[in-house]
This record gives sequence, C-alpha cells and structure tokens, in this order.
Amino acid sequence: MTKNLRVKTSKFIDETYKISFKFNGITYYGYKGDTLASALLSNDIHLVGRSFKYHRPRGIMTAGSEEPNAIVQLHNNTPRTEPNVRATEIEIYEGLEASSQNCWPSVNFDIGGINNFLSPVLPAGFYYKTFMWPASFWEKYEYFIRKSAGLGKSPTEPDPDIYEHKYIHCDILIIGAGISGIIAAKTAAKNGYKTLLVDEKPYLGGSTIYQNSEHFKINNQISSSWLEKEINEIKKIENLEIKTRTSVAAYHGYNFLLARENMTDHMPLEQRNDKIRHRLLKIRAKKVITATGSLERPLIFNNNDRPGILLSSAIEKYANFYGVACGEKNILFTNNDSAYETAISLYKKGINIEAIIDNREDIDSKLIKETEKNNIKVYKGYTVVDTSGYKRINKVSIMQLSKDGQKAIGPKISISCDCLGISGGWTPAVHLFTQSGGKLKFRDEDQVFIPNIYPSDQISIGSCNGDFTLDEILSTVPKTLKEFLNLKKTDYEDLEIKSSFNKSKRNIWLLPSDKVIGKTKPFVDYQNDATAKDIKLALREGFRSIEHVKRYTTTGMGTDQGKLGNMHALGIISETAGSKMSELGTTTFRPPYTPLTFGTIVGRNVGEYFDIIRKTPIHEWHVANKAEFENVGQWKRAWYYPKNGENMHDAVQRESKAARDSAGILDASTLGKIDIQGTDASEFLNRVYTNAWSKLAIGKCRYGLMLNEDGMVYDDGVTTRLDENHYIMTTTTGGAATVLGKLEDYLQTEWPELDVYLTSVTDHYATVSVCGPNSKKIISQVIPDLDFSDENFPHMSFKNAKIDKIKCRVMRISFTGEHSYEINIQANYGKSVWEKCMEAGKEFNITPYGTETMHLLRAEKGFIIVGQDTDATMTPIDLQMDWIVSKKKYDFIGKRSLYRSDTIREDRKQLVGLLTENPEEVLEEGAQIVADIKKSPVEMLGHVTSSYYSPNLKKSIALGVVRGGKKMMGQKLIIPMENKQINVTVADPVFLDKENKRLNA
Amino acid sequence: MFIINCPYCGEREQSEFKAGGEAHIIRPKQPTELSDDEWAEYLFMRKNVKGIQFERWVHTHGCRKWFNIVRDTSNDAIEAVYKMGEKPPTK
Repeated sequence: MTKNLRVKTSKFIDETYKISFKFNGITYYGYKGDTLASALLSNDIHLVGRSFKYHRPRGIMTAGSEEPNAIVQLHNNTPRTEPNVRATEIEIYEGLEASSQNCWPSVNFDIGGINNFLSPVLPAGFYYKTFMWPASFWEKYEYFIRKSAGLGKSPTEPDPDIYEHKYIHCDILIIGAGISGIIAAKTAAKNGYKTLLVDEKPYLGGSTIYQNSEHFKINNQISSSWLEKEINEIKKIENLEIKTRTSVAAYHGYNFLLARENMTDHMPLEQRNDKIRHRLLKIRAKKVITATGSLERPLIFNNNDRPGILLSSAIEKYANFYGVACGEKNILFTNNDSAYETAISLYKKGINIEAIIDNREDIDSKLIKETEKNNIKVYKGYTVVDTSGYKRINKVSIMQLSKDGQKAIGPKISISCDCLGISGGWTPAVHLFTQSGGKLKFRDEDQVFIPNIYPSDQISIGSCNGDFTLDEILSTVPKTLKEFLNLKKTDYEDLEIKSSFNKSKRNIWLLPSDKVIGKTKPFVDYQNDATAKDIKLALREGFRSIEHVKRYTTTGMGTDQGKLGNMHALGIISETAGSKMSELGTTTFRPPYTPLTFGTIVGRNVGEYFDIIRKTPIHEWHVANKAEFENVGQWKRAWYYPKNGENMHDAVQRESKAARDSAGILDASTLGKIDIQGTDASEFLNRVYTNAWSKLAIGKCRYGLMLNEDGMVYDDGVTTRLDENHYIMTTTTGGAATVLGKLEDYLQTEWPELDVYLTSVTDHYATVSVCGPNSKKIISQVIPDLDFSDENFPHMSFKNAKIDKIKCRVMRISFTGEHSYEINIQANYGKSVWEKCMEAGKEFNITPYGTETMHLLRAEKGFIIVGQDTDATMTPIDLQMDWIVSKKKYDFIGKRSLYRSDTIREDRKQLVGLLTENPEEVLEEGAQIVADIKKSPVEMLGHVTSSYYSPNLKKSIALGVVRGGKKMMGQKLIIPMENKQINVTVADPVFLDKENKRLNA
Repeated sequence: MFIINCPYCGEREQSEFKAGGEAHIIRPKQPTELSDDEWAEYLFMRKNVKGIQFERWVHTHGCRKWFNIVRDTSNDAIEAVYKMGEKPPTK
C-alpha cells in the first residue's frame, strides 16, 4: 500500500479537484495544481527512472526545469507520445499516462542495472577506447551501441497537434516573474513602456510566492503576501502583457529571442483538439531585463544519486507549494543557510526532520538558532561520506571534516532516513545572458559566475545577477532599474526589509569520503552518469580544456545540459589541474534552455506547407493527363506521361521517338525569363555572356553561355533581341533567381554607368514548345496569319504574333535538335494555347513529353545541361564549346580566368561522348571511368554525367567528363561496376544530326 | 539575427538580406593586363578579420538594392550603412 504524504493544505493546490493519472500502468491520484512529480511524491514514489549508463535507480531531484533524473515518456505508443518530459514541469491532467525511460523490463527490475556492477570497467571514454579495434568490427558494434544509446522513444506516427510561430515586438521584455521580475514589470509598464513578462511556470511570483517565513518581511508583511499584492496590481496594467508557461529558449544578438508558449500541455487530451499546442514566439525587444533567478547546487559526495535525495530547496517547495512531504524521516545536508529555511518550513508543516548536517563548523545565525530551538539536531563541521538504499535512500553515514576540508576524520555515524535534502549554495542562471554574447566574471567570495559585460541593451537583475538575498534584491533591483530605464523614481524606494539570511558558505566542490576516490561514486552529471572520478581520469589522460573534458566525460551533455552539476565539474577541474576558475571559464551555453519539440520549431511549415510549390499555368492539364511529376527546385514539372500502364522507360522511349518522327509538345514555362531594357542592353550582354551580342539583329535569337568570374560555366540559355534596346533572356529553370541576382549585382556595383533595367518575367509568360518534323504544320494552324517560310522565319529568329486577339511571341529555337517553335504567351492563356496545339496536332500524333524525354533528346544532340553535365569546375573549353567563346571581345565575366595556369591544363576533365561496346547496355549516371583497372590504386579519370537508351539511334548513349578526354577520341575505357566491367569508347558528344539538317528542315 | 538599416527601406530583419562578401574589391578594368597572381588576388583573396569589416549586402526580399555596411564581426554591431559608390566612413 502506498502512503499519503500530503501534509497540509496549500492554497496553490485545489483539493476539491481530484485528478487520476497513470504512472507505469498504475492509477494514482493527485490534485489540480500538482505536477507529475509532486503527485508521485504525495504517493511516496521517488523511483522514476534509470540512469543512462549504469542504469542506477533514480528519483525526483528538483522541483523545476533543471531536473536531470525524473524524465518520463508521456502517452507511450500513441501519436502524442513524447520522451524526456520533466516530471517536475508537467502539470497533471485527467488521463495523463507517464512511464519510466531507460529501463527494461521495468523501472523496478531493470536488466541494464548490471552496468552498475560493471562500472569499474566502464570508465570515461569507455566506448572510444573499446570499440577502436579491430576497425572492421565497428559496423557490428555500432548496431548494439545505437540500440542502447538515447533516452526515450520518439513518436512514429504524424503529430496530431498544431503549432505556430508568432512575432512579438515590445519595448521591454522581462524574463522571469520572480520577485525581481515582478518589480521590473511594474516599474517598466507604469512608466509607459510596452512590456512583456514571461515565465516558464504556470504561476507568477517565483520562489518568493510560497515563502511564508516570519524571517523574511517587506514593510512588515511576510514576503509572499507583499508580492501577492504586487502581482494583483500588475495584472491590471494595460500595456503589460503577461505570459506564463512560456520558456525563453534562445537569446540571440540584437535582442532577438525565441520563446515557447505552452498552450495545451496541461489539458486533458480530449480538450486539445483544434487548439494550438505550442507557440514559438519570435520576440524583438528594445530592452531586455533578465530575471531568471538561480538554481540550487547539489553537493558532490559518494552515492549522492539515490532516489530520495533531493535539492533542499525542492523539498521546501514540495512542502510549501504542493503541501507534500518528500519523506517521513528527513535529513538535510548543507554548506550554507538555505537548508535552515527548508527546515523551518518543514517544521511548521509538521514534517519530521532527523538531523541537519552542516559542513561549516563555526557558524551561527538567526535561522540556525531558530532551527535548534525546535530541537532539531545540527551536526556542524560534518560531511556525508556515503549513503545506502538501492531504490530509496535508507541511511546516511557522516564523518567530521578536516580543517582543510580535504579529509573525512573521526568516527563514522549512521543515521537512518528516507529522504535527504542537499544544498550547495546557489548558481545564478546566466544561460540566456551568455547565449546573448554576454561575458561573465567569477566572484571568488561565493564561487559564482555573474554577468559582467552586456553585448546589447539588457540587464540582469536579482539572483541571476548574484544578488541572492531578499535585502540584496530589494536594495539593488530598484536602483538598477532606475538607471536602465532612465527613471527619476520607482515605487520601491523606502522599503523596510527583514531578511535573516546569513551569507556564509563553505564551498567544497568534491566532498571527501573515508574511501579512496576510485571506490566511490560521486555523481556530477546525474543524467549522463559522469562522476568526479571520470573528470579526474580525463585530466590524468591529458585533457585540459573544459570543452574537451565535457565531451570526453559527457558531463553536461544530457537533456538537462548539466544545469545542476556543471559548476562542480569546473570546480573539480580547477582544483585538480590547479587552474583558476576565472581562467577556466564555462562551457558554452547553447540554445535551447530547455528542450523544444520539433513541432514548435517547424510551426505551420508541415505537409503541403513544408515548402513553396510552383506550378505552371498548364499544370492542371498535365494532372488531368496522368503525368508523373518531378521536382525541379520548387517547380513541379511533368516528368513523363505513362499510357496504358507503361513504366517510365517505355513512356520515355515512346515520347522520344514520337518527337523525332512527327511532333512532340513540352511545357517549358518554368525556364527563367528576364526582360532586359535600356540603351546599354547590348553592351551589357556582351559583358555577361562569352559570345558577342552587338551584331545580333532585331528579331534574332542567340544561345549564350554565362561564366562565373572564375571561368566556370554558370548558366546558359537563349536570348532574343525584341527591339533595339530590348531583349528577353531565358535561363535554366533552377538558375532563374541566382542569375537575376548576379546580373543585378554587376549592374549595381561594377557597372552603374550602364543604362540597363532587369525585370523577372518568369511567371508572366507560359511557354509551349512544339518540336518535330511536323511542328511547322501544327503551329501554322494555331497561328494562321504568320508566314512560316524559312526565308521569313528561319531557325534562331522570333516573330510577334497573335493567337485570336492575344499577343504572343514565337521563337524558332530548339533544345532537341528538331525543327521547333516556342510560343510565349501571357500566363493565363497558356493552357488554352497548349490545348489548341494539341488539337491542331491530333492528326500528326502530337505527343506531350516531359523532362525525362527532353533530357534524352538533347543528349542525342550533345546539348549540355548546366548542373548535370557541368559542376562548378567546367569551363566552356572543358565542354568542347570553344566556338562560343569570343576571341575578339576585350572582356567578359570570367574571360581572364580562362587562361589561368590551372584552366589551360590539358589534363582537365573534359566533356566527351561515350558509346558502350554492347549497344543495349545503358551506363549508370555517376559511374566512375577508368583506363587501367589493374593499376593500384585505380586511377579515376572521370564519371558519367548523362546516360540514356536512344530509341532514335537504337543504341545506348552517354556523356561523361574524362581527364584529358578531348584527346582520347576513339580510345577504349572501362566503367567498373559492382559485378562487372563495361567497355566503352570515347566518342563525339554529338550523336545525332551533326550537320543540323533536322533543325533547318 | 541583426537588424539592418537598408539605406532605401529602413530597418529590416536580417532574413530579408543576403551577404555578398567583402566590400570595395573593384573588378580590374583591364583584366588581360594582369598576371595570374594579380588576377588571383582579385578573384580569391578576401579578408576575414575579427573586428571592423566592410561588407556588401543586398536587400534580396525587399528593394533588391546592393549597399555596404561596416560591421564589427566580434559582436555583430553595425557601425555604418552606406550606398554603393559612396565613400566608406572613416573613423
């Protein structure tokens, strides 16, 4: 039977609202206001999970987002399942189902627990050291290592929830709604600033709000009552927005912050439908006030990780806020006054305290006196040297500390217990400050890093700035705010403060044991099972940089990012290596502060909204005619049109043959189109293309090749001179945006004197391309008024025309090597022109073809595709396209680079044709090309870039790049494949109609 | 993410812009006169300093205009923004 450890009503818990939930399959009850952790503790459950490496039983350690141990899987085997949820953060709701992670078959009996007994042979770097050899075995090891790596299970079904992103602009963002944050919010908002206050918790007031001790008073009121009034007041301020359950994940430069607003995680599942689960807030703040508070430090001693060991401040919160006792026999172990606050709280709630162990010897303060007055035994100058109890602590062993704090001396005393609270002082939560680029300084007196240099308009206040006590906060925060916000006065000038906290602290990073360190397990990083021993080992093995030690030992690399133990890791390194903390620095704090779900990061960009989809004006026709599509950049392009259950190969063979035998039709609307106008347009083209443009007559078209300044082919396409000072340039589909960008760059920065204007008109026109021996007959039916004779309308020329009353441009240009025409018409008439061509072509078996057939046809003709037959290392000379490079022009982009020592090398990779010995054998694109297979190592000469079976030539054809290929015409080469070698002969890349008879037919 | 004060549009998010590398590298007027080394100097060599750097940026998702900025690479502070063709600020 489980016990009920709910002690006294708390106003934060609604005891009239009972909630049932399941943990590891068993039903428990809690109340509205409980977290999973507080509800489990009230049922006397501490054991929640197993540790990562040794599978040691672990319990709840904290009461906040810093929790390293109590991480659970929610709603296992459902689409909403989520791993690594902190039990200390998740609010319970009716129907919540949580289960333990990293254990099998159960958290109570875990096979992996054997690792705990193997731990002497599992030191830091175990995996690196063990699985190094033999190297060939890695693949076998990897399977098992991967299986045991990672915490929790990721969902396997689509996420049913909705997420969104939202921009917020404010004058002042305040992070953290503890006492400092509340004071800042009221001060900022009352002075007219548009203010946003966020806190990760569901309530306001931080830890002060459940502070009900007579020892901490403001204006003679208990601090929590005083703060409650302040909170009620700020809720009424209009220009102050308050967001709870909102965790700031990242703090970037220029006061740009990302926060996750949690909207539904506290609701029963059935209430979440159609609601937004998480909202990623993208906040731009003029000024940022960080009031993120501080985290209590644990103490590092032997076996400091057992279930039942919690931070002392967590025990206090469970008692005061949730009305839950963490145990019936409590012991507190401390190096400072904080534990006495806990002791007094517990005493007032009637929770039994067995003893307090304080490692300070000569101490006295009001809090200690009060504690001792209540007959609580305080062991001064003692330390815990060991604990026992496998699934729950049942005993601590204590010894006296030597004067230097390095040794445990005297007789060992054992005290039985079921809960141990530990307090090692406080660490300012400077994570967000350092993320923003802030520089820390180390304060020696209490061994903390605090903000020093601010990189943007921001300030840290309260305990995240190292002001821990009530009197420090209330004396510094108003002053800081006055200066930061440029105010004459705040509401917090003459407060009367009572704070009984004595700041003395005896900081010992690693507490001694009576055993040698090798026989102890003092955990520094609980989640990753990194011990002080591991850190010392890393130092012995020569690691010095804190970043290296972190990666070698995995300290601070869990889902909690070492929020608790990182300072101790630094301290132990500093002591062992004899270097100063201030010089060591901290490891880098990276976003997010607490884990974000992928849904939050992605927001609405899922499914069909993942990326923009661009469709041509003729798209619906392709869909209706059962085209298969391929993605070309963001475009959907018809790939091929299978008929009667054809596969891709058969469809492409049929389409390719039809295009050359009679007529084919292609939707070429995706090609980039740039309208170029201005008195210097011709000069401009001269400078950006390799060939000459000044003499191109009006009404003529020309193919151009564009290079980068390094001489490498960048883009190609046909440009038409529409008028004296007016051209239309086409680019590759994928290159449209970058070509325009590059041309603009040159125009604006290198040649601002040129009178040229560029406009992207890609989306304004639809392009229908009709090719094949019957193309002229078809087009002349569609445009009966135009004279299609070769004299009037030769290859590489253009005409303005009208289809019905609609103006269009007709170019006689060809990418297939066939006689062909391209009609460019206003986009919204594209589909009707396409249909007209189909209708007119019926008698000629006009065949729509897709990109695959287009690629095949152009390969037969030896036309390149930039990006397929070229990469960023091919010059026009390498492509055997010397003819397009003007010798006469003084300059063009990339010209000088064409005769650099490297680009004139004769053994560069050059484009050639490849013919297989067996004409039926089709090469694989990307296959390597070699000359001598026996030479070791085999020398790779190049690779196949395009390869097809040509139905028109009835043989396999391929293009490839081969080192020194130009001089290898007729030479035999080898394509080694997995199970065979294919013999090929180097050939001319133009396989079909070298004389261009078909073009001019 | 910075905020860049586009000289034509005003303050905008960095995501609207694209960086274009080091500023004030002038394309040689007579490239054919240059040796390989001199051409390589123009083509490949760029500074990468910690501190004040002169950079080209373009307002891609805005006015599409190129301009220059002076940025401190150590803290991303933008010290000055000026149009193409204008003299860089001296300080």
